[in-house]
Amino acid sequence: MADTQTTQTMQHILARHKGQEGPLLPILHSVQAEFGFIPGDVVQIIADDLNITRAEVHGVITFYHDFRDAPAGKHIVKICRAEACQAVGGNAISERAFEKLGVGWHGTTTNGAVTLEPVYCLGLCACGPAAMVDNKVVGRVDADKLDRLLQEAGA
Amino acid sequence: MKIYVPLDSAAKALGACDVAATIRSEAATRGLDVEIIRNGTRGMIWLEPLVEVETPEGRVGYGAVDVADVPALLDGKLASLGLVDDLDWMKGQTRLTFQRCGVIDPLSLSDYEAHGGLAGLRRAIAMTAAEVVDEVTTSGLRGRGGAGFPTGIKWNTVLGAKADQKYIVCNADEGDSGTFADRMIMEGDPFTLIEGMVIAGLAVEATRGYVYLRSEYPDAIDVMEEAVRIARAAGVLGADVLGSGRAFDMEIRVGAGAYVCGEETSLLNSLEGKRGVVRAKPPLPALEGFLGKPTVVNNVISLATVPVILEKGAQHYAEFGLGRSKGTIPIQIAGNVKFGGLYETAFGMPLGDLVDKVAGGTLSGRPVKAVQVGGPLGAYMPREKFDTPFGYEEFDGQGGLIGHAGLVVFDDSADMRGMARFAMEFCAVESCGKCTPCRIGAVRGVETIDRIGQGDGAAVALLEDLCETMKDGSLCALGGFTPYPVLSALRAFPEDFNMVREAAE
Repeated sequence: MADTQTTQTMQHILARHKGQEGPLLPILHSVQAEFGFIPGDVVQIIADDLNITRAEVHGVITFYHDFRDAPAGKHIVKICRAEACQAVGGNAISERAFEKLGVGWHGTTTNGAVTLEPVYCLGLCACGPAAMVDNKVVGRVDADKLDRLLQEAGA
Repeated sequence: MKIYVPLDSAAKALGACDVAATIRSEAATRGLDVEIIRNGTRGMIWLEPLVEVETPEGRVGYGAVDVADVPALLDGKLASLGLVDDLDWMKGQTRLTFQRCGVIDPLSLSDYEAHGGLAGLRRAIAMTAAEVVDEVTTSGLRGRGGAGFPTGIKWNTVLGAKADQKYIVCNADEGDSGTFADRMIMEGDPFTLIEGMVIAGLAVEATRGYVYLRSEYPDAIDVMEEAVRIARAAGVLGADVLGSGRAFDMEIRVGAGAYVCGEETSLLNSLEGKRGVVRAKPPLPALEGFLGKPTVVNNVISLATVPVILEKGAQHYAEFGLGRSKGTIPIQIAGNVKFGGLYETAFGMPLGDLVDKVAGGTLSGRPVKAVQVGGPLGAYMPREKFDTPFGYEEFDGQGGLIGHAGLVVFDDSADMRGMARFAMEFCAVESCGKCTPCRIGAVRGVETIDRIGQGDGAAVALLEDLCETMKDGSLCALGGFTPYPVLSALRAFPEDFNMVREAAE
């Protein structure tokens, strides 16, 4: 069962999306913006509100890469793995990030500062290798730039 | 003094915001009266941040500008590139869809109108729905998302469908590597997309629209949402579009990181709040699309091209191009290239000219090994195929596709077996899971390519067979087209797969 605080927050979120056609993704984005992840105990609340089953809500949450069921690190660093970035040395940047952070894809550093995620294209294909720290885009990432980004993120 | 500093995310990723802030503070220190306009990008990404200063002769460009260059820029001591409109990259293009991108303030509706915006919509309002559809059909416009289906024919199906509600859905889930035209126009000229969607609404009698925009594009989401608010406040959207008595309104919806949602039926499921699983066709989305209602699903560039077709006339647009590929195509040049960016030109330019002349060869200076055209599902084209003219049928004839018109250039250090493996791995990660050839085939594909890498020559025939099964048996292009990069790499670069190249004769 969700606590009173969570239930209240959820009522606000659900009220905001009333009347939308196909509201589940917008609701989940709002939930994740609010809590940083999709807490397990909100699934029932969403299901009740939309008159669908918990299994359906769960199915949607797990289908999409963006939704997480546990909190991420303080900052999310995404590194592009796609072809255009590979053509200019993107793989070496990923490797360096693994080494510097001591984690693989989807991992969070032990100090909780950084979660490392792969991303397949940020639309920065003419200025790769590309990365994104939270919502801030970075182009032409080289070893020095990566080190600086990770340091600023507190890794 | 009017100074333009792009807000496009490629420019931002290269430091445009710091440059803009420094110009502001340095100008204040000098007591200079400077107006900074955050425009879209002109598409010359190697010059970003490209700062432009307005002069009586035109806009003079400086690039790539670093924060440290700002004092010299304001003192008039920084070396300029000359007038931006006179640069070879700009002069070589035919900019129709992107005519305003990088030129105007993206969120100024008056700027938009002053540069030809809303003329197409005004013309469409004075026409009947069927006449608008006819105009788009005559223009020869085909789906720019990759499939190349004639837009007018799709619209005609929706116009002919009877329903209490119809929809316009814009596919802005631009997930293909090497493509950024959708992002660029949404950030640089968002009203063009809005205008195109309103015209589509009038043409098929739909009153509601959605843009399904990928979450990887936070800057584009911000610009589009603001543009929709401005358009609604100005009466371009709403119950009475520009006083026509006809209604159209729209909303921006954000994806959630699933590549497969760029496929139109899985996009529709996602928009409805479901798992982004592909739907079997028929029924066509044109008849039973969003919430089961007749729906136009078009790519950003298709919709953003509609205003200029209505503005200048179908015939004007159709006069550009080659064969059945009419009009212009915004080609996105990416990867290992000297000059990367967006180049809009009439269909028909040979691939080699784009790579060697427009893109200037590789950034690394090494020879070009292959170009992947059309995203992760597109074929790797070796130099032997560089005379292929850029067109739907022409690429199809060479075992490739133009897709969303992105070129990713690789130099000779590329390991093509590695790239083929990546194609299968990507398909495995992104498969929606509905059909077996894609869901299982992609995983087996990775394993089979690994076997080839370990020297198991017999696995080559297995890989070819698997690719045939995926091609023929998959429900959508993800499983169906993953064999394109895999087989093209295998055929053009057998030595990368531990195989001996067969003699040419």
